[in-house]
Amino acid sequence: MSSTTDTAWEAVIGLETHVQLGTNSKIFTNASTAFGDEPNTHIDPIVCGLPGTLPVLNQKVLEYAVKAAMALNLTIAQHSKFDRKQYFYPDLPKNYQISQFDEPIAEEGWIEIEVVEKGQETYLKKIGIERLHMEEDAGKLVHAGSDRLAGSKYSLVDYNRAGVALAEIVSKPDLRTGREAAEYASEIRRIMRYLGVSDGNMQEGSLRCDVNISVRPSSEAPFGTKVEIKNMNSFSAIQKACEYEIGRQIKAYEAGEAVIQETRLWDESKQLTKSMRSKEGSSDYRYFPDPDLGPIEITEKIKENWRNQLPELPSAKRHRFSKELGLSAYDARVLTDELNMAEYFEAAVEAGADAKSASNWITGDLSAYVNSKRLSFSDLCFQPAGLAEMINLINKGKISGKIAKDILPELLLSGASPKKIVEEKGLGMISDPEEITKIIIQLLESYPKEVESFRSGKYKLQGFFVGQLMKQTGGKADPKLANKILAEKLKG
Amino acid sequence: MNQINASDVRKVAGLARLDLPNDQLEEHAIQLEKILAYVEQLEKVDTTNIPPTTRAVEVVNVLREDVVTSTDIRDKLLALAPEREGDFFKVPKILSD
Repeated sequence: MSSTTDTAWEAVIGLETHVQLGTNSKIFTNASTAFGDEPNTHIDPIVCGLPGTLPVLNQKVLEYAVKAAMALNLTIAQHSKFDRKQYFYPDLPKNYQISQFDEPIAEEGWIEIEVVEKGQETYLKKIGIERLHMEEDAGKLVHAGSDRLAGSKYSLVDYNRAGVALAEIVSKPDLRTGREAAEYASEIRRIMRYLGVSDGNMQEGSLRCDVNISVRPSSEAPFGTKVEIKNMNSFSAIQKACEYEIGRQIKAYEAGEAVIQETRLWDESKQLTKSMRSKEGSSDYRYFPDPDLGPIEITEKIKENWRNQLPELPSAKRHRFSKELGLSAYDARVLTDELNMAEYFEAAVEAGADAKSASNWITGDLSAYVNSKRLSFSDLCFQPAGLAEMINLINKGKISGKIAKDILPELLLSGASPKKIVEEKGLGMISDPEEITKIIIQLLESYPKEVESFRSGKYKLQGFFVGQLMKQTGGKADPKLANKILAEKLKG
Repeated sequence: MNQINASDVRKVAGLARLDLPNDQLEEHAIQLEKILAYVEQLEKVDTTNIPPTTRAVEVVNVLREDVVTSTDIRDKLLALAPEREGDFFKVPKILSD
């Protein structure tokens, strides 16, 4: 069934990402942007576009959009404006959407993504970004009155989301695989979260991606017919939808069929894309400048001010963690995924923790705790300085790693000082050679048979003695020292 | 003249979701012709080096603070709609599955 041609098919993928900007009020009016409230509680005459109303741009939206654009290395337009995009669909109360057409707030940028694929070498790739513009979100349709046979008879509309501020980010067609597309989307989300301009919650729709995808028989061939895919609500869905669609298009071409330009929906339960009935004549948007909204001019001074407020971005942090702190690319990536985690790590290193140990504790035990309690690293009462203190106790041989793990739950709950807990409970490591020797001699006396077996060649028994020793000392014997003395005494 | 015919009018009306009866198409074609003729007249003005005007008032950066003022007027707005169901606006079905 599979074809056997040697064609080096290549996919060409571009993403349109809608990011909900996390402002309190909507883009052009004071109505709330709260998610999940009763239907139509956050609407007003401006949202509904009633005659005589005047939309006014939310200054926070402009600030967030410009900061997002800066983080994506885009050039901020000196002069920008809003336009009306006409289309008729009931999720749009005004029959037009206020968007930006030929003068977006920013154009021509790029981000660097780090592509990790199982069994393949990790690589860096620069992905071009065409533009970023501001626009308003649409409402939500609930298809009701469904009677299985005829489908829904009518729709119900909730306009709470209508007028919520969006930044639409359009990539260049620089992506080549589903993995790259998913990584691009997750890097965009990471950047938006670092900036604090969006929570990027895909389940609640604060980050939505549409994929444009085509295939061509070689990397030199002209682009094939492109298909748009919608309805993916996770990064893995983006990857799978791309991979499915690439396979479908190649198969069509190899069977001598055409690929039709259309919009397809990703069906998560069936793991495939299916054709969506096209809205006829919907491509004629007849944009024109919105007469209600004045133009926007961003001065050098405003730009400088906002640029100075940008945090260090994920890719810069990744580079710094691996270059300056000597972490592996993998650790650097895990630690920088969430800003709170990265900041916790940096504070621990600042407080004197060794970077590699801090990374291990944070990505291991601490992450497990944070995830299981659904917390964030910024909520932890066990402070980064406490972690640094604990790591230093281990590295200076004051406590064993095992003791550290034993007291960790208490540290996480109380946020107490590890040093104090170790002192109070007498958990300090026994590192006095004489004391250890004394315990070992007693131990060997109580297991004469095992000692004899060891001496006659059953060297594996050393493990048994180590176990007994740890049991007797409650894990407090300095393992290195104990092993050394034990080996000497066992030899006899 | 005669740049606009009845089928152009039908198309434009369709894009604007206007239900124009066939016997009015010709009349609208004539009126649109007149509007275009007026635009043609305007086009004779030399606008070299004059930036496009999109608004009558030259103001930039009209902005407001990001503040929520609650407006509990759901019922008033729903009352303006042709149909409602519960707290939703009710509209004809859009997609046939």
